[in-house]
Amino acid sequence: MDWQGQKLAEQLMQILLLVFAVVAFTAGYLMGSFQTMIQIYAGGVVLTTLITVPNWPWFNRHPLQWLDPSEAEKHPKPQVQPVSSKKKSAKK
Amino acid sequence: MHSFSYRANALLTFSVTILALMCAMTSLSDNLNSPSPSSQIQILNINWFQKQPHGNDEVSLTMNITADLRSLFTWNTKQVFVFVAAEYETPKNSLNQVSLWDAIIPTKEHANFWVQTANKYRLVDQGSNLRGKEFNLTLHWHVMPKTGKMFADKIVMSGYRLPEDYR
Repeated sequence: MDWQGQKLAEQLMQILLLVFAVVAFTAGYLMGSFQTMIQIYAGGVVLTTLITVPNWPWFNRHPLQWLDPSEAEKHPKPQVQPVSSKKKSAKK
Repeated sequence: MHSFSYRANALLTFSVTILALMCAMTSLSDNLNSPSPSSQIQILNINWFQKQPHGNDEVSLTMNITADLRSLFTWNTKQVFVFVAAEYETPKNSLNQVSLWDAIIPTKEHANFWVQTANKYRLVDQGSNLRGKEFNLTLHWHVMPKTGKMFADKIVMSGYRLPEDYR
């Protein structure tokens, strides 16, 4: 799953769960049935799980563009300067 | 969100949080219901009335209990527990409560009821104060919800009096 896919998955999960919760509560309250509310919400959670948890292809539409190795060699990594070893010598 | 288990975990925690919220709202919605229950109790007969060997008064009576508790039921009600208590004052105790009868009402359909019964539990006084005693019969109820807050209330019916003599 790429970066865009992760963002999409998280947003989808939150929006779907909230929508199902609102629908379930409203339906349960109007029908006067606690069981209906729980069933609708449970169905919603299962559906949301199926949509957002597996690594579906639609979460992989923006693969990272890595640089070619040859391109990378032209821009060498900055080297870490060796730190002056005052503390180390003090310790010794 | 980078791995299967991370997504599963996020979904589980978020869905359970929302479920808790829904339950809280369900419990709060019970406050929108303003019940108007009614009840009547008639004492048909004092079966016997005596002093126990060790000095406590005991009464057996037959009651006719009528009640309409349908308005207590909401979509969040699991069951309603009702009990009838005899309540009276004695020099020693400012309030004596003796449970005489109880029942569990499982559904709204059973909440409009009529029952004729002798006291299910014994009415025994702490001492010998029951002769000619004026007492209340109180119908108490506890509404047990499927989720959230439990409600309790009562109807006090007064003007009952026990006989002056043992029989």
